Amino acid sequence: MVNTTYTKSQIIDLLAGIPDPEIPVVSIQEMGMLRDVVITEEGYDIIITPTYTGCPAMGRIEQDILGMMEQHDIAPAKVTLTLDPAWSTDWMSDEAREKLRKYGIAPPLHSSCNKARFGDNVIHCPICNSEHTSMVSRFGSTACKSLYRCNSCLESFEYFKCH
Amino acid sequence: MTKEQALYNYCVRLGDNALVQSYRLSEWCSNAPILEEDLALTNMALDMTGRAQLLLQYAGKVAGHGKTADDMAYRRAEREYRNDLISELPDADFAFTMVRQMLVSTFECFLYAALVSSSDKEIAAIAAKAVKEARYHMAHTSEWVIRLGDGTEESNRRAQSALNILWSYTGGLFETTDADALLLSEGMAADVSQIKTKWQENIEAILREAKLILPADDYQQTGGRQGLHTEYLGHMLTEMQYLHRTYPEAIW
Ligand SMILES: [Zn+2]
Repeated sequence: MVNTTYTKSQIIDLLAGIPDPEIPVVSIQEMGMLRDVVITEEGYDIIITPTYTGCPAMGRIEQDILGMMEQHDIAPAKVTLTLDPAWSTDWMSDEAREKLRKYGIAPPLHSSCNKARFGDNVIHCPICNSEHTSMVSRFGSTACKSLYRCNSCLESFEYFKCH
Repeated sequence: MTKEQALYNYCVRLGDNALVQSYRLSEWCSNAPILEEDLALTNMALDMTGRAQLLLQYAGKVAGHGKTADDMAYRRAEREYRNDLISELPDADFAFTMVRQMLVSTFECFLYAALVSSSDKEIAAIAAKAVKEARYHMAHTSEWVIRLGDGTEESNRRAQSALNILWSYTGGLFETTDADALLLSEGMAADVSQIKTKWQENIEAILREAKLILPADDYQQTGGRQGLHTEYLGHMLTEMQYLHRTYPEAIW
């Protein structure tokens, strides 16, 4: 039996608080990973989309969602992974970008920057906002980030790659 | 051959390419010349594991035999693998890895860009993610090929000798079967004959900048499409599938 006392927006509000396991200052909703909630006779279907195809955080996110649903006695619930439309960093809200910057991660440029082979994109330092930065490595601690160095304040920082 | 069989073969081919590349790249874990490169190579491997998982899972769904991505990866023998030969060759050195990945990732940029408009919705959705990742792989590896080719005498020698070996396996990327023709007529597959010219132009531009010479010998070794592999794939699968075959129902 579906507990129909919960509406779609109530569930979205509930799940919107779940943090991204790798960047806990932003939520899965702010990242654009939480796509939809479908309520049918059979129960609640939470639709999510992966950031990267090999994103190891997806399993954890699924567990967190099911845990949250269980905690609030909303059953039966399941999580469905969708690939269409493909996730893009353009879906990140301005608030999420600002949160990333404050956390020390330079937010992604527009996804069109992905098309350049030898990217000469200017990435601003999230600490001092200097534009004199250089890439140390295109691949950082996770698939979604690159490693940069600021030539002004000399700090190293991560850049969330546009996707 | 039915459309379903053709689509199954196509997904297996794409999935196997991703899986085999992923395996070769991950062999660099803790062995790369610098820490940043260790991270880069394993990150690329992770992208390809994800891609392989989606494609092999979809292949299982198309076939309707209920096989999971793990069943597909760990319970098929060498002759059932449909990956391109170029991806299974063992890494002789860092230059070999970079030249190979540059050749293959450049191809994949065009391949997946074309597949974004596949009439098969699932392939199109996977391609939309894969193309973005492939662009990062191409950018990264082509920069390295230029650095190595236009670097020291030693790095140039190694990059050139890698290219000399790898070149005769690039033809496999464009090998087609009757199944491809069927899928092409349905708008599901990518037309590799159209990709070839663009690919060659891009590769030649990178090689020019890298001061590397395109091998004159145009002999091409193919066979991956028929499941005819080099001696190296069997050894790779023996290692990759060992745990799963020893403890078939083991859960991580
Ligand atoms: Zn700075």
